[in-house]
Amino acid sequence: MTKNSICAWQDLALGAAILEPGNAANLKTGAWRTLIPVLDEDKCIKCGLCAVYCPEFCITERKDGFFRPDFDYCKGCGICANECPKKAIAMVMEDK
Amino acid sequence: MPKRIGIEVSLAVADAVKMAKADVISAYPITPQTHIVEELSTYVANGELDAEFVPVESEHSAMSAAVGASAAGARVYTATSAQGLALMHEILFIASAMRLPIVMTVANRSLSGPISIWNDHSDIMTERDINWIQLFVEDGQESLELTLAAFKIAEDKRVLLPTCVNMDGFMLTHMIEPIVFPDQAVVDKFLPTYKPLLTLDPKKPATLGPVGVPEVYLEAKKQCEQALLDSLDVVKEVLAEVNKTFGRKYDLVETNGRKKAETLFVTMGSLGETCWSAVDNLIAQGQDVGQARIRLWRPFPVKEFIKACKGAERLIVIDRAISPGSVCGPVAQEIKSVFYGLKDAPEIVNIIAGIGGRDVPVADFEEMYRLAKKRKLAKTYTLWGLNSNA
Ligand code: SF4
Ligand code: SF4
Repeated sequence: MTKNSICAWQDLALGAAILEPGNAANLKTGAWRTLIPVLDEDKCIKCGLCAVYCPEFCITERKDGFFRPDFDYCKGCGICANECPKKAIAMVMEDK
Repeated sequence: MPKRIGIEVSLAVADAVKMAKADVISAYPITPQTHIVEELSTYVANGELDAEFVPVESEHSAMSAAVGASAAGARVYTATSAQGLALMHEILFIASAMRLPIVMTVANRSLSGPISIWNDHSDIMTERDINWIQLFVEDGQESLELTLAAFKIAEDKRVLLPTCVNMDGFMLTHMIEPIVFPDQAVVDKFLPTYKPLLTLDPKKPATLGPVGVPEVYLEAKKQCEQALLDSLDVVKEVLAEVNKTFGRKYDLVETNGRKKAETLFVTMGSLGETCWSAVDNLIAQGQDVGQARIRLWRPFPVKEFIKACKGAERLIVIDRAISPGSVCGPVAQEIKSVFYGLKDAPEIVNIIAGIGGRDVPVADFEEMYRLAKKRKLAKTYTLWGLNSNA
């Protein structure tokens, strides 16, 4: 019998509540990705809108001023590419 | 000293909620539940009850507000009927999944259509699988005392599940009965202040009611159902305490009539009292008959029910809801499953009676008994009182 379960039912908190704040960080949503955002540094104006719109809040400003995702969490949704005013992000099939 | 007063049962239920010192009442008025929440809103308005009364715009919101308030640690009450309960449907599952001890009166009423405000059990039978504790009462005294008991059961740390008390709309809710009121001090001792185990608290952040991905949903469901199954012993304990405190004889399944009778009526709710009169009449006529009355419907008290039926050759199961396309009514389905494969299982006949407020007088139960004994009833179920050309 396959189980694919996180824990035994007896170990769940009351009502399957989550008692550890911020534990979403434990879920590496990067594993969901098929397309990956690729930045064209020539087009990017470093406005940071992609970071504002990313539903995973995984885009941060780096030392060089560019905004880049943390690929442990980037789920490849393409919202950043869609919102970028300069069309500086392309979504391309990722080789895994 | 406890006082005995003549009062409408709905108002006695409102008084029970007042004595239970509910913190939040969120409700939408619907016939025949209205008098309960109307009275409670008066108590809150005139300061007799220190609670928040949330006059919501629908039953969906009534249950949603109840969920929020209960998650914030409040003692919460609501009441509804028929379409109102149906409108709460999706939130009923959320309340149990989040393990919130909300107490609700269901003034049982037929589901429309055709449009009906009258009494049967189709509303709650549609909600059998909501993972709530479901109790049934037969008279006014029980309505008051089991409303108090419902809070105690629901809030027990071993339970923490929402609980509903079913009482027949109009036939019970609108009766004026002599009811003994306990002293507030006795109620306070019976039902101490609610102390939640887990609550929304900015100092101790928690996510209540999170998403249940496929890797956890099954285990979450199991936890919830196990709590319901385990609640049976707590219900028993609390009823024993009610019996001690208020001098009653409540049990999960109660019996009357002849012991180890050949034929047993099985009833749930206020029709049980009418049936009881018929059983007494039949015994006076020399018949070997008794009655088992189901008080706890969910979790179903399997062991206790089998024990109550010991020695019976025939059960006449009275249902007050149709289960369209099924083999019989919902209570009979349950009982047939309980007895399946057991040796010495009784013959089980099913009568669906009192649908949509149709009257079922004492003489009708006597007729049911005679027809059952002569094996003149359908093997599946009989729609009692149906006017048919066939
Ligand atoms: S939104 Fe586009 S232009 Fe702005 S920082 Fe992001 S990639 Fe660069
Ligand atoms: S693809 Fe989606 S998840 Fe990844 S960085 Fe862009 S917006 Fe964020």
